[in-house]
Amino acid sequence: MAQFTGKVWLLGDDIDTDIIIPTEYLALPSVDDMKKYAFSPLRPELAGQIAPGDIIVAGKNFGCGSSREQAPEIIKHLGVACVIAKSYARIFFRNAINNGLLLIESDLHDHVQEGDTITVAPGEQIEAGGEVYPISPLPQNLLDILEAGGLVRAMQKRNGLIS
Amino acid sequence: MGMTIAEKIVARAAGLPEVRAGEIHTVALDKLLSNDGTTHLTIDMYHKLKNPRIADPGKIVFVVDHNIPAENPKTAAVHKKMRDFAREHGIDMLEGKGVCHQVMVENYVEPGQLIFGADSHTCSYGALGAFGTGVGCTDMLYAIVTGGSWVMVPETLRFNLHGKLREGVYPRDLMLTIIGDIGANGANYKCMEFAGDGAHGLSVNDRFVLCNLAVEAGAKTGIVEPDEKVREYVESRGRKAENLFVSDPDAKFLKVYDYDLDKIEPVVACPHFVDNITPLKDLPKVEIDEAFLGSCNNGRIDELRVAAEILKDHKVKDGIRFIVSPASNEVYLQALEEGIIETLLKAGAMVMNANCSVCWGSCQGVIGENEVLVSTGTRNFKGRAGHKTSKVYLANAAVVTASAVAGYITGPEAL
Repeated sequence: MAQFTGKVWLLGDDIDTDIIIPTEYLALPSVDDMKKYAFSPLRPELAGQIAPGDIIVAGKNFGCGSSREQAPEIIKHLGVACVIAKSYARIFFRNAINNGLLLIESDLHDHVQEGDTITVAPGEQIEAGGEVYPISPLPQNLLDILEAGGLVRAMQKRNGLIS
Repeated sequence: MGMTIAEKIVARAAGLPEVRAGEIHTVALDKLLSNDGTTHLTIDMYHKLKNPRIADPGKIVFVVDHNIPAENPKTAAVHKKMRDFAREHGIDMLEGKGVCHQVMVENYVEPGQLIFGADSHTCSYGALGAFGTGVGCTDMLYAIVTGGSWVMVPETLRFNLHGKLREGVYPRDLMLTIIGDIGANGANYKCMEFAGDGAHGLSVNDRFVLCNLAVEAGAKTGIVEPDEKVREYVESRGRKAENLFVSDPDAKFLKVYDYDLDKIEPVVACPHFVDNITPLKDLPKVEIDEAFLGSCNNGRIDELRVAAEILKDHKVKDGIRFIVSPASNEVYLQALEEGIIETLLKAGAMVMNANCSVCWGSCQGVIGENEVLVSTGTRNFKGRAGHKTSKVYLANAAVVTASAVAGYITGPEAL
């Protein structure tokens, strides 16, 4: 995966799925309709501020709570390039990979501020404020899913249904 | 070296003699559950596949429990989509029969099975010695199409429970205490295994309470070491109890915890995290607007009996809504037979149909701006039960009922 640079939005620990997308908006017809309510219980203005290519940096247990797959889908639809958190709740982790949303595990949260610009080389390192933070590579099977744009597309690609 | 319960179940599902924590295996799944929270998304994706097929419709169960009966045309459309798909493919569909995990345990789950559910509380099936785990709708689609999936074998945290809970203390207090101790990600990716004389002393219903909340500590699943009580429960319902797996004496646990049940006391999970635990006795006075008794965690006959015992001598306070939703119609019917529903209604409670109700924060009993709810639900996240400025406290059934009478959070001894 190619290296990219983006602006940091800083969130705390235990960002749960009800914060990422509250229950009351799940019945909206599409993820595009829902995305303006992303993170609204915590920071109602945030969804409008996030620009394509931005990066969310958070603390531990990101995505804890329900299995609603709209949570990673919405983050992906906001154009977020990747999420960098200290740790992830497991259902969210699977759902994010399955939707082609790159997740990176790192304690970067303790070393950057909101608005910083950072450079990410997936599987290798993050560069922030002149410092370099190594990150571990994802296993190849997860990379294949991410690069195809999600699990369904990866399955179709593998079965020769799409190129 | 020996295996844990989780390892034995994954080994069986992978068709291997032995597996170890940390390994990734392709597994055949025994059952698949999907509810009206996300099934419509899975169906939409299914129809976008180039040559869709279903590996085994007999393994799939659809449950409508999140917005039932439908409260607007959008959820009505979701239910219709599920109904049509289930009919077309010969899939069991339970609509309005109860909360998905309760009806799964009542009607489908067998010990030793590996079950995926598109709902985070699928970990409940450990009450019967099964390995249930929550997944999203894409993983569900893959499982529906292929009949299998991949799993990483989880490490196990072993909880040895000793003795008995005191009068007025419930399994919910025990599990909330454990979550407070290890934190909301204290069991992330792991299996929480419960054993010891204290675990075997618990009924299947009480074990359900423990396993159901395992995900609130981040766990992949929670399993109580199955025993004759499980066999009796399953066989009395005409199902098989062939795989009562227990961990080998030399199985490897990541960590072992010991809990003396007689030391557990009533606790409250304060806003907005399930691990934000305070002993009830240390809680300052918190006035409430609404109380909720129900959910897959705490809407069984045991909890309804606790509520009726309190409400036979007391009335719900004026201005407080006390909403009760039995976890299933089976529970509801038994409560009717025992006169519990009559007691609750006469005391001023609102008794709803069996569904996710207030716990899900969308269909019934949504709370407004700055309102406070005390609940037997599964979560107290910010805005979980309604407005983003509202607050949810989690407590046991006795505390929730007593609070509905008092108008503030309290135990029944204060009434």
